[in-house]
Amino acid sequence: MPTKVIMPQLGESVVEGTVTKWLKNEGESINEFEALLEVNTDKVDTEIPSPAGGIVLKLLVAEGTTVTAGTILAWLGQPGEEIPGGGTEPETHSPAKVPAVTQVKTASPESAASPQSVRDLGFISPVVAKIAHEHNVDLQQVRGTGQGGRITKKDVLAFVEANPTGAAIADIPIWETPADGDLFRPTEMMFKEPTESTATRSAAVTSTPSAAPIVGDQLIPHTTIRRSIAEHMIKSKSISAHVTTVMEVDLSRVAAHRQANKAAFARDGVNLTYTVYFMSAIVSALKAYPQVNSSWSDEGLVLHSAINIGMATSLAEAGLIVPVIKGADGLSLLGLARAVNDLAQRARERKLLPDEVKGGTFTLTNHGTSGSLFATPIINQPQCGILGVGMVQKRAVVINDAIAIRPMVYISLTFDHRILDGASADWFLAKVVDTLQNWAL
Amino acid sequence: MPEMTLIDAIRQGMDEELAHDPNVFIIGEDVGVRGGVFRATMGLFDKYGPQRVMDSPLAEASIIGVGIGAALYGLRPICEIQFADFIHPAFNQIINEAAKMCYRSNGEWSVPMVIRAPYGGGIGGGLYHSQSLEAFFTHTPGLKVVVPSNPRDAIGLLKSAVRDPNPVLFFEPKKGYRLIKGEVPEGEILVPIGKAAVSREGSDVSVFAYGMMHYYTLQAAEKLSGEGIHVEVIDLRTLYPVDRESILASVRKTGKALVVYEDNLTGGYGAEIAAIIADQAFTDLDAPVRRLAGPDVPAVPFSHPMQDWFMLNPEKIATAIRDLVNY
Repeated sequence: MPTKVIMPQLGESVVEGTVTKWLKNEGESINEFEALLEVNTDKVDTEIPSPAGGIVLKLLVAEGTTVTAGTILAWLGQPGEEIPGGGTEPETHSPAKVPAVTQVKTASPESAASPQSVRDLGFISPVVAKIAHEHNVDLQQVRGTGQGGRITKKDVLAFVEANPTGAAIADIPIWETPADGDLFRPTEMMFKEPTESTATRSAAVTSTPSAAPIVGDQLIPHTTIRRSIAEHMIKSKSISAHVTTVMEVDLSRVAAHRQANKAAFARDGVNLTYTVYFMSAIVSALKAYPQVNSSWSDEGLVLHSAINIGMATSLAEAGLIVPVIKGADGLSLLGLARAVNDLAQRARERKLLPDEVKGGTFTLTNHGTSGSLFATPIINQPQCGILGVGMVQKRAVVINDAIAIRPMVYISLTFDHRILDGASADWFLAKVVDTLQNWAL
Repeated sequence: MPEMTLIDAIRQGMDEELAHDPNVFIIGEDVGVRGGVFRATMGLFDKYGPQRVMDSPLAEASIIGVGIGAALYGLRPICEIQFADFIHPAFNQIINEAAKMCYRSNGEWSVPMVIRAPYGGGIGGGLYHSQSLEAFFTHTPGLKVVVPSNPRDAIGLLKSAVRDPNPVLFFEPKKGYRLIKGEVPEGEILVPIGKAAVSREGSDVSVFAYGMMHYYTLQAAEKLSGEGIHVEVIDLRTLYPVDRESILASVRKTGKALVVYEDNLTGGYGAEIAAIIADQAFTDLDAPVRRLAGPDVPAVPFSHPMQDWFMLNPEKIATAIRDLVNY
């Protein structure tokens, strides 16, 4: 019986991938677990092993094509076997069979907004569907408060009220809209039938107002990773009640410890960075305040048994990725340093495995590397908090009524106010500060 | 405005109609000398005499049969069935004769008759004194079916029923006879048959009820308002012909509907309301249309704990509303 090869879900919230290369052609034989194709997603590049041995009966998806997770990519079997349903059309779970390359080249405002399926909206009731249709609402942007996160009539009405799109914009008189440089057009072109102009404008406005391109402007198509970041950031802002609290840390003892141990770590081939200390301090604080290592759910607060710390890693212009150090509480400082080095290195080379970018329970972001003193990071859903570390600077501080010069850093904790209150968040942050300031030499 | 009980209101309605129209008369078991087992006709025998407030044999088929004959003759009988549970011997007269007379005589004959029947459980009445029977009759075109839930409507609907040219079944929630009190305006009240009433405005969910369950639903809604839940309560008042416009208008507003009735769930009257909503307000629904009703057991049990299990109450209704609001 022929075996399907299915596009796997290659990470949390990764719902589509691009077939970059087929490693076997139709008719070629293949062993079970032998690499069959290469796939690129917004987070990782990976090879997909063959689920069975036999020959490749049919490849259904061309190289360069982006498909959703669950799509049948190919059929394997024995020579001469029939493929169910003829196998000509992929049984795709969504119509998103868009060749990735073409998409980038022809990206117009409409196709840029083309289906990026993200969260499972669950059941959409008839009235919600109707209101969304009437008001041109993208339900992906509406927060659901009903059973199991379902979007209720009230949710969509509140969204419409908060985001009056089509109607408000259509009300702007034509002389108030930005000119496009063509001053001497016939009046009938300038003053179209009101119904028509209303219709076209409200159709153009989907979810976010987009700047009208002016001559000379350049449209840079979004990359998958850019789009994914945008989605996650907006989504996170709409899910959690973000509050940021800031404290400062005297890193004298950490700096001394680092100075004393740097060479020894280097002998083990490990670069001892400040990040490692912050990571370690976070572990101590999460152990002391386990409710920070949690996720909100409608049923209750989910306290995570494992401490898995995500480490936001810049990929320069390509965006950013968050590899996760699993079981960070089980690692020594050397172990942590090794993990930090290894994940950062492979993130930059885009060699992370799908499992290495998911399952985080808390995140550390080191924005100080680019000179930032403090920031208000956005929570990596579904976590409770994210700790931002600023640039370490020597500053004059008052200690025992004397002025001293100390290596200081601001650390900012963005937390979900649904889970923590100001005081409980500050206890956690104070524990981080305390751990760093009193680092055992 | 004087406050009166439901039973006082029903008595007053009959009194007014007896005074208003000499063709009106009452017939039923013990309605005369005794003034009715529930005292609905108390004092009317003395006031209007044995020709107009008439005791009948214990034979429901004959009470209705006499009523039909008198109505065809031009009188306006108010027939009392002592407990709705006893209406079954008269079923043939009601369904085959009263309901169809106008239709089969091509409009030449009609039966302007009111059948009053106390219905419902929760009074320790057991199998033969607790039934809710509206569903049998709302299935029959040619009859009108009315259930008041408060004294004002009881007067106004009863008077409209007496003046209606068709047979009207007037089911009275007997548990509420002395429990339900309300203010009744001075002067003549005529509440139109076929019109529901929004008895409480709300935005979160529409609850449709009638009779005793409407009384309980208002209590549940009041309790829930303390939790920030705004319940819209619709008193159906007339079950046949039903006021579709009011039902649909409310559902279009709230997007959620619960139908509460005391009768057994399956095939109960509320199923019809649910079907109307599903059919004509589908695109306005934000949740499944729900029914809250009595369990599908053959009768309301006599044992008090079991009767409590059978009967709905404000707490059970509040729970169902809360579930639906949280959907």
